[in-house]
Amino acid sequence: MNKKIALVTGGSKGIGKSIAIKLAEDGYDIAFTYSSDENAANDTLEELNKLGSNSLSIKKDMSIEEDVKEAIKEIEEKLGTVDVLVNNAGITRDGLLMKMKAEDFDRVIEVNLRSVFLTTREIIRPMIKKKYGKIINISSVVGIMGNAGQANYAASKAGVIGFTKSIAKEFASRGVRANAIAPGFVETDMTKVLKEDVKEEMLKNIPLGYFAKPEDVANLVSFLASEKSDYITGQVIQIDGGMNI
Amino acid sequence: MVFEKVKHIIAEQLGVEEDEITMQTSMMGDLEADSLDAVEIMMALEDEFEIEIPDEDAENFKNIGDIAKYIEGKIA
Repeated sequence: MNKKIALVTGGSKGIGKSIAIKLAEDGYDIAFTYSSDENAANDTLEELNKLGSNSLSIKKDMSIEEDVKEAIKEIEEKLGTVDVLVNNAGITRDGLLMKMKAEDFDRVIEVNLRSVFLTTREIIRPMIKKKYGKIINISSVVGIMGNAGQANYAASKAGVIGFTKSIAKEFASRGVRANAIAPGFVETDMTKVLKEDVKEEMLKNIPLGYFAKPEDVANLVSFLASEKSDYITGQVIQIDGGMNI
Repeated sequence: MVFEKVKHIIAEQLGVEEDEITMQTSMMGDLEADSLDAVEIMMALEDEFEIEIPDEDAENFKNIGDIAKYIEGKIA
């Protein structure tokens, strides 16, 4: 009953799954949300339970206010209040600006940015009461550098950075720390769709010469969630193999 | 009765003794509450009395007596 509770949005696959597993290994009970892939979510849930985590998977669209309220209510009823929030859920709808549909812009902002606001607002009160909490937002190096063909995604991820810095200031006096992680190229379903020649080209811009694994991001989340990082707040930490030096 | 409950919630939130609080006490002036404290207290009062306190109304409270009177008016 005394285990800490972590919520990972978009936790059934990719970076989110890796984060959920790492935090379960660290001893947290895990709640994760997902939007579509039921099979992947069930697999992840099983893995988490095997690690001794009392886990919960919730199929909700965290960009919708009502869904977020219901999700958090369910977590608080079944597990308890959230000690660590990892806002990870994200999508891409890439395209050159002149051809980008307004709905593709809006959807990316909703899923990548609006959900961060809604979810954070819904879990913050118990953290304030406890005078302690950790919020970790997954941004992207694209939110810092920009990227042709990703104006919507870059805008959403830059938005996450501004949001993170603001809440870090707003809640510092209540012991709640907020940081953003800006990964570079991570091998996931999201990046699997890119063509080989595009990947080759990207590799040339990565001094370390290889792509990140989801676990690289999960290890940093583990640190930021722990007391070892208590003096760090309002920061954007890049995990990009040196792409943006 | 309302005042007693309001006093209790505010004392708990701000970590002060209940007898420090009178109808004339100002939360921010006398009890050194900050804006986050004020929001938390309003939300706690909303839960306790099952009412809505719009921000525009909350801005007009000068002291704790104002808050108690406002709530009495809402639940009457």
